[in-house]
Amino acid sequence: MKLFKKRAFIPITKSSRLEDEKDAAKVPEGMFTQCPNCKKSIYGKDLGSEKICPECGYTFRIDANKRIELTVDEGTFEEWNVDIAFKNPLDFPNYEEKISNVQSKTNLHEAVVTGKAFIEGIPTAICVMDSHFIMGSMGSVVGEKITRTLERATKEKLPIVIFTASGGARMQEGILSLMQMAKISAAVARHSKEGLLYITVLTDPTTGGVTASFAMQGDIILSEPRALVGFAGRRVIEQTIKETLPDDFQLAESVLKNGFIDKIVPRVDLKETLGLLLKLHQ
Amino acid sequence: MSEASEIVVLSRKTSRLTALEIFEEIFENFIEFHGDRSFRDDKAIVGGIATLNGQPVTVIGNQKGHELTENIERNFGSPHPEGYRKALRLMKQAEKFHRPIITFINTSGAYCGVQAEERGQGEAIARNLMEMSQLKVPIISLIVGEGGSGGALALAMGNQVWMMEHTMYSILSPEGFSSILWKDASKADEAAEIMKLTAADLLGLDIIDQIIPETAQDRLLDNDTILKNLKEKLIGALNELTPKSSSELIEERYQRFRKY
Repeated sequence: MKLFKKRAFIPITKSSRLEDEKDAAKVPEGMFTQCPNCKKSIYGKDLGSEKICPECGYTFRIDANKRIELTVDEGTFEEWNVDIAFKNPLDFPNYEEKISNVQSKTNLHEAVVTGKAFIEGIPTAICVMDSHFIMGSMGSVVGEKITRTLERATKEKLPIVIFTASGGARMQEGILSLMQMAKISAAVARHSKEGLLYITVLTDPTTGGVTASFAMQGDIILSEPRALVGFAGRRVIEQTIKETLPDDFQLAESVLKNGFIDKIVPRVDLKETLGLLLKLHQ
Repeated sequence: MSEASEIVVLSRKTSRLTALEIFEEIFENFIEFHGDRSFRDDKAIVGGIATLNGQPVTVIGNQKGHELTENIERNFGSPHPEGYRKALRLMKQAEKFHRPIITFINTSGAYCGVQAEERGQGEAIARNLMEMSQLKVPIISLIVGEGGSGGALALAMGNQVWMMEHTMYSILSPEGFSSILWKDASKADEAAEIMKLTAADLLGLDIIDQIIPETAQDRLLDNDTILKNLKEKLIGALNELTPKSSSELIEERYQRFRKY
């Protein structure tokens, strides 16, 4: 029977070790990405243009320009409200510097891109938040851009689609950020009163003051799979109740079960779904 | 201690007048109504009908307690979604019967808990903001203690927003603010200073329209004097707002918040 006895370990001889650092396999920067959900390493090209993990289906956070490219008919996006001036109402130290740093790093003016585009041939106003810009936080420029887009959509009798991605209100602008919630909500109400369609698409993450205002005010609320959607932050709740929360807490799938999301739509189907919904409300 | 952090302490004092006490002192014929008609009655928010100088009004407020047992019962004035839904139900009722609405805010924020999330804390606040912007009756909102974040704003979309002198209104508690921005909750005093959360600062920023004094010549006023003055101010404001048409009221409220 000794014949079948397995050895507990395999000895590594000196010769099988790499002699030199130079011989080590090198992976070019950016070739592989780790999925934040399943933690597996993904070959970059396998993510595809929609940036979806082939292992677990997690949809990676994408920037506003990529989102617009995936959502609207090619070449139809017309950007609105690019000239809104920066404000520092609390004279918060180094805030202006922080904004200009993020602006040059992200190539964005602020945490939301707004405008008009065609989706499956239907004209619609569109706002896309970008979590790469100070976690998509909402200050007065974000609030003003979204409000102006809603007001112009109301005037031009356009439906509106808003992609949310935000950690909530921007702390550096204090109470002025809170007031954006009121301002945008009032503009949503006016748009709604005209019988116009408002679709929100919740993307990862949608929390805080954005959840407690326009994210939850759509006539139809869609979400991407496994997006984090909630009001209070997980850590805050854990500290309040002194318990650890389950993994699926505040995931879009749970929020749908609780009755606050109409439908979860995978990224590859999003454009078609939006097109159909817009068509059904023409 | 800085002036702003002193205000933070004063705004949280458990001896402050509660919403129910203010209802009893300023108004006549107060009748409390309960429940959101959907889930349960949230004791962190109280409301009902009363008369002010003979005029029927709807009053709503966050209720805190003077001592621990009552505060636990009231969840320290932090509402669950059903609290906001009760408030909205009472506001819609006021609109139907053409009654002005007066709200009294005193909350550190909407409650952060598992059930609150599951029942849609975000949605409840969002709905109040949207609906309040379109209400056809006058709304006066007064911060009577802490005005914390979206949980306070959900009752504070008034045609006029006032604050008592020793109260605060902010995006987040100074503790939360400093822990988010500087990863250090112990810098709350510094945060309070920078946040511009006192009534005087907020009047300067045009966030509020009026301060109800709690002192005169550097001396604390007694509650009777404070409330008598508040009552006169409320009667005056209602005399000014009540004759306005619903479209005027809605437009003025829209512009009030549009300017930010």
